[in-house]
Amino acid sequence: MSGVHAHTVAYVRDTMLDQKEPPSTSVGAIGWARQNLFSGWFNTILTIIVLGLVAFVLGNILPWIFSPTWNAASLSECREILAAAGSVSDHGTSGACWGVINERWVQLLFGFYPSHLYWRPILALVLLCVALAPILFASSVPAKLIYFSALYPFIFPWLLWGGTVWGPLAALAGVVIGYVVYSVLSERVNALLGLIVGVAAALIWWFVLSGYVVDGLSSILPIGLETVESRNFGGFMLSITIGVVAIACSLPLGIVLALGRQSDLMIVKYLCVGFIEFIRGVPLITLLFVASTLLNIFMPPGTNFDIILRVMIMATLFSSAYMAEVIRGGLAALPKGQYEGADSLGLDYWQAQRLVIMPQALKISIPGIVSTFIGMFKDTTLVSIIGLLDPLGLSNAIRADANWNGIVWELYGFIALLFFVICFAMSRYSMYLERRLRTDRR
Amino acid sequence: MTTITDQPKSQFRLSMLLYDTRYRSATIQVIAMLAFMLLAAWLISNTAQNLAALGKPIDFGFFGERSGYDINQRLLEYTSNDSHLRASFIGLLNTLVVAVLGCATATVIGIFVGVLRLSNNWLVAKVMTVYVEMFRNVPVLLWIVFTMAILIETLPSPSAFRGETPEASMNLFGSVAVTNRGIYVPEPLFSRGLGNIHLFGDSSLRFDVSLDLIAILVVLGASIWAAIAVRRRADRIQEATGTRPTTWYLTLGLIVIPTLILLVVLGFYLGLPELKGFNFSGGTHLRNSLIALWLALSLYTAAFIAEIVRAGILAISHGQTEAASALGLRSNRIMSLVILPQALRVIVPPLISQYLNLTKNSSLAIAVGYMDITGTLGGITLNQTGRELECILLLMLIYLIISLSISAVMNWYNESVKLKER
Repeated sequence: MSGVHAHTVAYVRDTMLDQKEPPSTSVGAIGWARQNLFSGWFNTILTIIVLGLVAFVLGNILPWIFSPTWNAASLSECREILAAAGSVSDHGTSGACWGVINERWVQLLFGFYPSHLYWRPILALVLLCVALAPILFASSVPAKLIYFSALYPFIFPWLLWGGTVWGPLAALAGVVIGYVVYSVLSERVNALLGLIVGVAAALIWWFVLSGYVVDGLSSILPIGLETVESRNFGGFMLSITIGVVAIACSLPLGIVLALGRQSDLMIVKYLCVGFIEFIRGVPLITLLFVASTLLNIFMPPGTNFDIILRVMIMATLFSSAYMAEVIRGGLAALPKGQYEGADSLGLDYWQAQRLVIMPQALKISIPGIVSTFIGMFKDTTLVSIIGLLDPLGLSNAIRADANWNGIVWELYGFIALLFFVICFAMSRYSMYLERRLRTDRR
Repeated sequence: MTTITDQPKSQFRLSMLLYDTRYRSATIQVIAMLAFMLLAAWLISNTAQNLAALGKPIDFGFFGERSGYDINQRLLEYTSNDSHLRASFIGLLNTLVVAVLGCATATVIGIFVGVLRLSNNWLVAKVMTVYVEMFRNVPVLLWIVFTMAILIETLPSPSAFRGETPEASMNLFGSVAVTNRGIYVPEPLFSRGLGNIHLFGDSSLRFDVSLDLIAILVVLGASIWAAIAVRRRADRIQEATGTRPTTWYLTLGLIVIPTLILLVVLGFYLGLPELKGFNFSGGTHLRNSLIALWLALSLYTAAFIAEIVRAGILAISHGQTEAASALGLRSNRIMSLVILPQALRVIVPPLISQYLNLTKNSSLAIAVGYMDITGTLGGITLNQTGRELECILLLMLIYLIISLSISAVMNWYNESVKLKER
């Protein structure tokens, strides 16, 4: 055989050729651009048009942003600086007037909160991050920190509003009393009875007894922080306060409502459905109108409680209805086998929910939960319509100042940027969480 | 031999209400019902006491009183001498106008952006991502006031159109004037018009319906019906013979010619806006408040719709596309015959809730002074009459009805495109 070949083939290659470099038009920057920007005539035209648009927009905005007006004390001074720098267009001076942000950023963050007490909201925010850490990054934080998270709801209002230390302690005592009653009764008698009596005991403590106890204790031992009135709250502090409270309270409430809606108990089910559909059918602004005008009519005569508290209640109810629907989606997406499996293990309803159903259902609904959070946080701007001084409300107040009359873009831009940063961070976190909790493909 | 002839009598004990699963659910429900009724009774008695103390028993009589305020952007005629009911009705129509306009625009922009985000052109995809993230992560109220500020601050004032060498000029062959007081567009007029029908007499809900509009709609509807019949016939011929007759000129003629003839008969012409004195007159005046609200709501909601559309298209497995191209379909036919009908099933349910969100967000009109139902019934009427309970409860009821009707219609549509499982 080999002899035949030796005669007929003049040359046989006995080593592999080295691989050739790919053509220079298909690698590196050129190759990437050819593949992603200029593949075909249509894409080329599209790329050129979009490039032109982007260049036009950036060319107009960037010079406006980079304007040397950081230290100006008024709009007219801004105009002088800009005129001196030579950037004048037909509509007058072209360039941002950043002096307003330099002068008022503290106000945009804290509203009219007393300036010597700024440490309190800042500390509250820092502690919030500490309290959230065991929930958000459970794997990389000591587990004991969760006890601090449980205490945080009582520290948070005390730091912000101040007042006697006995108030939050009495509120905490109510929780302890309720829990003790529940655990004693559920061991001795029955869990359901324990739950009912425990809740009733806590309510009685909060609404009837704790007032006297707090008054007595604070007259004996007056420990406390300087009180800050609600009307001094404002700026991003107000948005974050309302947002955090609404978010934190709406999750458990939403879970309860979702379970109620899925429940076999007819009356409970219809009450939950009615509540959810009603809240989801009306705009938040009408609920805020209820908070600002009607809630006092619904309460016993003479009650006049804080407007921020009223707004928080309505915001919580609002987002809990949306949360319930998101969680219901998660519950519905669980295969029926999970419920049956839990039943066959002999778990009762609450055990099954706690150990089997909820961990999976919540995991499925993370994207929805986070987008409800983001929506709620964005919706806190609506409180400016009922006269609270959130960043948007403050921007109108700042414009009423003679020095800054006529400022528009700088304030809106600053507010939009802060909202963007927070909301964008939340949505990225939800993506991270989705990846981390994914158990199906490893 | 002892046999148990009858079952042991199950005696009812009170403790069974707690321990026996047969009765426990009833116990829970009764407690829930009692708690709810107690809460409701407490709220109602509080309200009754408070209203009695204020001397304001529930009374809707204020609806008949003179409203005394103007609504500048409106569909029907209205003066400040009309009643509060009429003002609320005008406001309701304004809400519906901005909701319908907004939903339509948001859908178009949203589908466009959603498809472009999947483009294999890197630059286009990134620009669309920036758009979506920018709008989704900033509050809609901020976008609304921001758009309003752009309209007021950057557009030329009507006086810029005056003089020998005006700084600004009208667009589209001098028919549209874009000013900082709003946009003036030509209005359709008829020199031999058929007049109006007056519905509901002189009541607050009186409603003028233009017969010209009805005539045009009827003719257009008949034309479209005929065009569909032509298409069906072409389908039948294609199925029978395998070749499809060319019908586009027939369809075009059927749709265009009858409407054109009707317009000529009615003496159709455009009423152009003209500069008179300090302002424009003639034409239809779309005020800044309407345009700002419409634009901001559409762009904001479009960002969410784009994500929904993108997710819907991504949910269709790539095998579908490959199978369709193996059958020899062209890429636009693949999109319209294979991908979109399947993606629609994924897209429609979240799209419903975006439409609902847009409608509810239109209540933010109050921030730019567009007089929708919140601005009239929940705003000025409330402040003038001091009837907050009646006004706000009615306002909520109206929004609830609008929301429920939108979701009913869209759910019906969803049922019709849903996968029929057998």
